[in-house]
Amino acid sequence: MSLEAFPQSRLAAIIESDLFYKFRTSWITVGAFVVTLVIVLAAVLAPWIAPHDPFDVSTLSLWDSELPPVWAEGGDPRFLLGTDNQGRDVFSAILYGSRISLAVGFVSVAFAMVIGIVIGLVSGYFGGAIDAFFMRIADVMLSFPTILVALLVSGIVRGALPREMHDSAALIVLVFAITVTTWVQYARTVRSSTMVERSREYVYAAQLVGRKPFAILFSHILPNVMGPVLVIATINLAMAILIEATLSFLGVGMPPTNPSLGTLIRVGNEYLFSGVWWVVIFPSLTLVALVLAVNLLGDWLRDALNPKLR
Amino acid sequence: MSTATEQKPLVALDGLSKTFDLSPPLLNRLIERKGRRSLRAVDGLNIDIPRGKTFALVGESGCGKSTVAKLVVGLHGASAGKITFDGTDLTKLAAADRGAFRKRIQMIFQDPYASLNPRWRVRDIIAEPLRSFGITSSKAEERAEVGRLLELVGLSARDGEKFPHEFSGGQRQRISIARAISSKPEFLVCDEPTSALDVSVQSQVLNLMRDLQDELGLTYLFISHDLAVVDFMSDYVGVMYLGRLVEAGPAERIFSAPEHPYTRLLMDTVPDITMGRRNRAPVIGEVPNPITPPPGCSFNPRCPLANDRCRAQAPEARKRAGGSIVACHAVEEGRDTPETVACETGEGARMQLARGAA
Repeated sequence: MSLEAFPQSRLAAIIESDLFYKFRTSWITVGAFVVTLVIVLAAVLAPWIAPHDPFDVSTLSLWDSELPPVWAEGGDPRFLLGTDNQGRDVFSAILYGSRISLAVGFVSVAFAMVIGIVIGLVSGYFGGAIDAFFMRIADVMLSFPTILVALLVSGIVRGALPREMHDSAALIVLVFAITVTTWVQYARTVRSSTMVERSREYVYAAQLVGRKPFAILFSHILPNVMGPVLVIATINLAMAILIEATLSFLGVGMPPTNPSLGTLIRVGNEYLFSGVWWVVIFPSLTLVALVLAVNLLGDWLRDALNPKLR
Repeated sequence: MSTATEQKPLVALDGLSKTFDLSPPLLNRLIERKGRRSLRAVDGLNIDIPRGKTFALVGESGCGKSTVAKLVVGLHGASAGKITFDGTDLTKLAAADRGAFRKRIQMIFQDPYASLNPRWRVRDIIAEPLRSFGITSSKAEERAEVGRLLELVGLSARDGEKFPHEFSGGQRQRISIARAISSKPEFLVCDEPTSALDVSVQSQVLNLMRDLQDELGLTYLFISHDLAVVDFMSDYVGVMYLGRLVEAGPAERIFSAPEHPYTRLLMDTVPDITMGRRNRAPVIGEVPNPITPPPGCSFNPRCPLANDRCRAQAPEARKRAGGSIVACHAVEEGRDTPETVACETGEGARMQLARGAA
């Protein structure tokens, strides 16, 4: 290699980075990445790859109900993982269910991240009364268990909305409930990093040339506080999916007509002891695999970005 | 300072003071019955800096040097006093009217590792003032100007593509200088610009700063605790102790014949190759807590010449023969003549204070 500096391509830079090295030398991380990728792709492509549309009532037949998976005795090759009591294909339901679970997860994480980052930046940079105001709200939020707040929010919304709107509003309620309970983590992390960055000299230099506070916040400070935020976001994605599943399992999440993984587990749970185990086990396994894989990815990101562990 | 009256100074600090409020929050004050507490970081500073010259502020850590730097560039608001820049009092200026002066007053920071945003490319770092002040009108012009600035400080125009972590401390400081001069300022405040650098690199950066001063006609307020660096750089020197100026004057005068006991103490700490195994006077004590400064002259607990007057009454700055000003009762009364003075603190340690006074 010549000593002369040459502009590196972005791809080459990524492949040579510590982050990528940590990634490819850990088979657990690679495995987690593959599992996540498969589930996300399957969920996104569900309408094209699912063998059945589980929500098209006209294609359902009660003759097909409660069929076991193909490899079990009495299995039907049309239904890979068996069917539920309505004759719906469990495999297709899982594909569509992951779609809902992931959508709720990604959207609520995105909202919580944006809200948390903005509040954290503003609190950390301006300090004083603004900081005290937001941080007391954050303290209050932290003193309630997440599930409780989510139950409360969905309870209030359900009380306020007419019954026929419950099902259509379920997705929005879930996203709202999860966002409200998870933004605090981002806000606190960003705030503390911002307080450190605020008194660094590059911020003074920007102030000296007359940059406005919000320009400094978003162009200078934000890129320097994003590392920990990405780690929290990854781990929170798994958490958001779990909260969604919990709420749906408790019956305040997605309706059975448009089920998420949590709803599938709840519905299937009722048949578990009648011997129809496949309706509950397969959605549960998917959920476990997804949450575990995303969590492992989050751990990798945390370790890889932590300078103390390098 | 009275030494440069021929021409109006570019920058004049007049009774400049800064008090920080360290009081606990209102609720704590009410509950714990604590009073207000404040810290006088800078106390009635009078400095004139002639155009094209370098004024160096020296002093121990915590004496308020960096606060002066931040006051002058406007990062802190002054509690009292005036900062006159080219005839305009900056402390009275509304934020909106400050814009024009921001362009003319820039700063070089102490820590080259913290003063460059690690996520920005060097070309963007240097171009930030150009963009903010609207100096260049097109991308091509901006690129050319950034390249020119990089070459002016001894780097290559291609270095603009790199990130700050790809440079050494000295190179980073050059980038910092390039950024500071990009808006073509007249006045540069340098807050210990070389204290984070190796000695060999220090001299390169200092030479660069001197060359730029000659080339661009810059005026420097140079803040340092390194007397060797100050000797090399400065035309005028001001010695600060606990927020006050204790002695100020032309550099050669301060270095050859320091008068204030504190200045002499400082000069005595400079290693000298000819000194050999001389019995060096120990510097006794340390800077007192600025929240509760001692009564009278703030240097009195450490001063070998202190008497009852020093412990009761703060000395005023007085002009001396030789063009300097000194704030000391002992100098004023002529009590400072003895070659060696018995120390009142410590176990009979003797302090030689007369080095260079002969």
